Amino acid sequence: MSTSPSSSQPARRVVITGVGATTPVGGTAPQTWEAILAGRSGVRPLTQDWVSEHELPVTFAGQIHTPPSEVLTKVEVRRNDPAGQYALIAAREAWADAGSPEVEKERLGVAVGSGIGGVWTLLDQWEVLRTRGPRRVFPLTVPMLMPNGPAAAVSLDLGARAGAHCPVSACASGAEGMGLALQMIRTGRADVMVAGGTEAAIHPLPIAAFAAMTALSSRNDDPERASRPYDVGRDGFVIAEGAGVFVLEAEEHALARGATIYAELAGVGMSSDAYHITAGEPEGAGAARAMEEAVADAGLAVSDILHINAHATSTPVGDLAETKAIHRAFGSHTANLAVTATKSMTGHLLGAAGALEAVLTALTLRDRRVPPTINLDDPDPQIDLDVVTGAPRALPEGDVAAVNNSFGFGGVNVALTLRTYR
Amino acid sequence: MALSEQEILEGLAEIVNEETGLEPEEVQMDKSFTEDLDIDSLSMMTIVVNAEDKFGVRIPDDEVKNLTHVRDAVTYIASNQG
Repeated sequence: MSTSPSSSQPARRVVITGVGATTPVGGTAPQTWEAILAGRSGVRPLTQDWVSEHELPVTFAGQIHTPPSEVLTKVEVRRNDPAGQYALIAAREAWADAGSPEVEKERLGVAVGSGIGGVWTLLDQWEVLRTRGPRRVFPLTVPMLMPNGPAAAVSLDLGARAGAHCPVSACASGAEGMGLALQMIRTGRADVMVAGGTEAAIHPLPIAAFAAMTALSSRNDDPERASRPYDVGRDGFVIAEGAGVFVLEAEEHALARGATIYAELAGVGMSSDAYHITAGEPEGAGAARAMEEAVADAGLAVSDILHINAHATSTPVGDLAETKAIHRAFGSHTANLAVTATKSMTGHLLGAAGALEAVLTALTLRDRRVPPTINLDDPDPQIDLDVVTGAPRALPEGDVAAVNNSFGFGGVNVALTLRTYR
Repeated sequence: MALSEQEILEGLAEIVNEETGLEPEEVQMDKSFTEDLDIDSLSMMTIVVNAEDKFGVRIPDDEVKNLTHVRDAVTYIASNQG
């Protein structure tokens, strides 16, 4: 990607002025952040009848902490797939957190990604068709199941008219949403963007399908310890759900209205492996390229990066490939990186993961505290990274930058660079 | 036993509330579904099928366009209930 300014006109800087999240560990961004700093897991046994009905091989997940029915109206719940509900909740929180900025609606855009879209709606309505016939199929089925349904719902809610985009790139979707929003503000197509990702795929079919490819941890007897990135005992990821959203703003727009700035979204790097439909390239070449581009796109050198919020899903192969990629991109500077894997607490939010982790990275930079990775009892000797465990670790004063990694099926790699804002 | 028009109105108001969030007391006989209650065609279809289930009547698609006001729906259901 060539995003560096080619003319003498410097690219607009983009700052984070609002954060929102609904996750397995909290119903809001602050509640989520508090749990993450405290090292609390949001992974629990699934108690729904459909788990035993379908004899699912995996019986736990990172389910949303606060049910949408406690936050949204009955009609909003009825007319949005859970993926749309989570996006609305996180977007409204982020928007209010940003102080509901006054902005021309034609200069306000949305980029909310989703990996899977409205799988509950699709399969519930299929069941309605089979058992009750076509007249009983809910007329809003299509807008609820389409992956851009959540982005559209947020756009309608805020009156955003600069575009309502939905990057779909599996588990990199949320990060790609943030990256697209960054580009849109930089290139002058919007002044304010509501960006992030959402996912609601804790449904028997995705669980059975992920389990069929042996991607999921099967630690049914100990759910809270199932997500254990970098540990020798890691045996797959834990499926989770939720949403993470930023309000992103052109720096001059934020300064003009006296907004509180969390951090700068300084760069994005994207690449594709063209190696395998699901497995990442084992030497991490593509992932390394995304990180290098994200750092260069921010106008920084790799030695400026002090923290990585890793993709680290707790799969045996994936965590190792990312480690190799980090070494490839950062070389000897790797030893100076405080690395954390917050999926150890939240599980893997799939298309929302990159967005949530970008939110967590922004909060890390604001507070200068790197949250711990939990469940790392027996570190894999092949993972030679400085992983933060036990308690949050302080970051130094001064200008600090961090990278957030997200990789998805299809060989998609997205890295974001965030930087403290002076 | 056949329901009275008042009972049908109350049942219909519950369905409308469920679908649109409108307060049940706003659903009055002389209100137009589209003009007064701001119910679009998609919501109307859901209200129709839910009314069919609730009142045990069949409301053909051709008939739906004639049900412009709440009174039309109540009258239709009253005279066709099983």
